[in-house]
Amino acid sequence: MAAILSAEAVTVRFGGITALKDVSFEVKQGEFLSLIGPNGAGKTTLLKTITGIVKPANASIKINDREITKLPTHSRIRLGLALTHQIVSPFKSMTVLQNVMFAAGYKKVRNIGLSILNFSRSSEKKDAMAFLEMVDIAQYKNFPVSTMPLGILKRLEVARALAIKPKILLLDEPLAGLNSQEASRLADTIKLISQNGMTTVMIEHNLSEVLRISDRLYVLDNGKYLASGNPKEVMKQPEVRTAYLGS
Amino acid sequence: MGPYEISLATGVGIYVILAVSLNLITGYCGQISLGHAAFFGIGAYTVALLSKLGWPMYLTLAAGLSSAGIIGVIIGLTSLRVKEDFLAIVTMGVAFLFVGIVRQQEFFGGEMGISGIPSHGMTKFAYLCFVLVFAMLSILFSWYVKKAWIGFAFDAVADDEGTARTLGLDIKSYKLTAFAMGTSMAGLAGGLYAYYTRFIVPETFGFIESITILSMVAVGGIGSTFGVVFATVLLVMMPEVFRFINDYKLLLYGALLFGVMRFKPEGLSGFYTLLTGNKEK
Repeated sequence: MAAILSAEAVTVRFGGITALKDVSFEVKQGEFLSLIGPNGAGKTTLLKTITGIVKPANASIKINDREITKLPTHSRIRLGLALTHQIVSPFKSMTVLQNVMFAAGYKKVRNIGLSILNFSRSSEKKDAMAFLEMVDIAQYKNFPVSTMPLGILKRLEVARALAIKPKILLLDEPLAGLNSQEASRLADTIKLISQNGMTTVMIEHNLSEVLRISDRLYVLDNGKYLASGNPKEVMKQPEVRTAYLGS
Repeated sequence: MGPYEISLATGVGIYVILAVSLNLITGYCGQISLGHAAFFGIGAYTVALLSKLGWPMYLTLAAGLSSAGIIGVIIGLTSLRVKEDFLAIVTMGVAFLFVGIVRQQEFFGGEMGISGIPSHGMTKFAYLCFVLVFAMLSILFSWYVKKAWIGFAFDAVADDEGTARTLGLDIKSYKLTAFAMGTSMAGLAGGLYAYYTRFIVPETFGFIESITILSMVAVGGIGSTFGVVFATVLLVMMPEVFRFINDYKLLLYGALLFGVMRFKPEGLSGFYTLLTGNKEK
């Protein structure tokens, strides 16, 4: 199957530190890929490079064979990427529902003219409700996000990312900070979304959940490629165990 | 209505336009501006100079609005590179720069300003109505912006630029649009002011005036159109109604600004929300 997203020869430097060195990977349509590696391996930097938040020293990033390396973040997002944040970042002045409604109205804010002329929010409200139901937080729709616990906000991040109707969902540690029960439930939700056809790339430290829901692993260590392949087989490789588990 | 009341109400109308215009930039889009009076001044000086050249009133007002808006977009470009405290310092610089330039240039009348601005050709009451129509249009425009999707996008930019960007929003366009809208309206207010007083001096558009306008926005409730209008009417009228306050106007504005930020950052609109449970959104 053809790659929907590919990143070739990604090198990122922060001052004198090389955060990523010549890293290449690709994701196939409908695949669930997990990026793993110890802290500081460069996983978040790689996702931020793909979305254009971090500028690489060298890279070639493509969506469906279209080169996007020189595009700004918002243009890449409009080509089908969606990113959830490691540290939850809801719009604090909005309710849970409004957060997702805004994302669902992405076509109405594509340019200033459209955003001035469009007034109605009813269809976006309907869409947003569907996404909130999908991640099982519809009952919190009218609550201000400032009153919501982390478990709800992590789900809100996923709902908001889905609302822009992406082709590829990039999840940065969606299970971090959740207890095992919450993590397991959210992992099930993410897996279900993936099974419905969404190409998913997930950074996650919760290895038991990663192994349970991923189709493939891609391991980074100290900014370099270490291994990739079937989750169980990758975890058996001695260099992965040494780098990731320290044993 | 006597001449004094008409004059006072005209001033209130001009300040309403100014406060609502700053609220678009700072309240809606979250871009702090400590130099808004400079755009008020750009509008006033443009209108004063062009009207003395014999341009008709509607053309001078359009030119005042446009010149302030164009320079506003140029200043807005800095908001793409700096934000929060740094943007506050840059916009503060704009306030000083404007006064510094007009004070030193003979073309702008120097320290003495520009006098003998032609009359608007209306009765004072008709001019009051003229100003109030613009004030009302500004309020309606501001209300529309808040309710349309552009207002929703401004909310997102004000809350978290980074997140808005990762949802596909071209935040540069939205920030520049906020500056264009807000500074154009300030330019219009400046033009109306020039015809109102028929005499302008640089001090009127200085840093203190920028802080005065910001006080009106902050006291009313940053982002709330009706709160800002209410606070503007209150803050402009109060020193006039209670004469003894006039001598301590800056002290009062400063104390109110401090008090609101310390005890009720949502301003008067926050009290309204508290009392009624309704949020203006």
